[in-house]
Amino acid sequence: METVIYILSWIFLLGGAIFLLVGAIGILRFPDFYTRLHAVSVCDTMGAGLVLAGLMLQGGFSLVTVKLLLIFYFMIFTGPTAVHALAQAALQGKLKPVVDEHEQQ
Amino acid sequence: MSNLKHAFNMTLFLFAIWLLLSGHYTLLLLIFGLLSTLLIVLLAHRAELIDREIHPVLLKPSLLPYWLWLAREMIKSNIDVSLRILNPRMPISPKIFTVRAGQKTDLGRVTYGNSITLVPGTVTVDVDDDIFTVHALTQEAAADLESGEMNRRVCNVENVF
Repeated sequence: METVIYILSWIFLLGGAIFLLVGAIGILRFPDFYTRLHAVSVCDTMGAGLVLAGLMLQGGFSLVTVKLLLIFYFMIFTGPTAVHALAQAALQGKLKPVVDEHEQQ
Repeated sequence: MSNLKHAFNMTLFLFAIWLLLSGHYTLLLLIFGLLSTLLIVLLAHRAELIDREIHPVLLKPSLLPYWLWLAREMIKSNIDVSLRILNPRMPISPKIFTVRAGQKTDLGRVTYGNSITLVPGTVTVDVDDDIFTVHALTQEAAADLESGEMNRRVCNVENVF
């Protein structure tokens, strides 16, 4: 049982690391500010979420796990708020988003 | 008088968090913890922050189906966005559009706006009363949001707050 949880926690940790890496690649590859925000949200939700889930499995039933849950809970609320603040600041700064022309008709 | 009830709830909730975070359970430290909790509630009261919104929404079990549905959407669109990032042709088609939020309360709209942003592929850029300006990474993500399913689900849980 112990080994199963240990292996499972490493699967979560590695999965989280992969999503964080993909998010970072996305920040580099995407064409403009607004599309890059979407790559940031991959890091924010899946990357950090899976890493925290893996750490919770390592922590077991303890205060550490409760604290990790609280971190996850706060991130779920502060992450989108920060992304929204960035996006709105960019829009009010008159930064034009790149849009796909030929699908807009 | 209901303000007193909110203040009492807030004290209980804050002290519970203090207990979970501190891990110290000697009498002296417990008293210090309770005193600092009361100080915070007093400050919140003086800043007129104590109203129905301080109630810990997390603990409402009727929100659980919404959380689970949102988690599934998040995982689906995370994988979708990740595959688009890794695809050498990078098949994205960014779009800016507006959606109407059907929620009546501020808290419901915040939940809707945050849920939109939380799901990768869509970001709430601007909020003007019940008109949300949304930036979507792909036409599919935009169409998914315009189908209004998330709006309907947030409306359903709104009265829980």
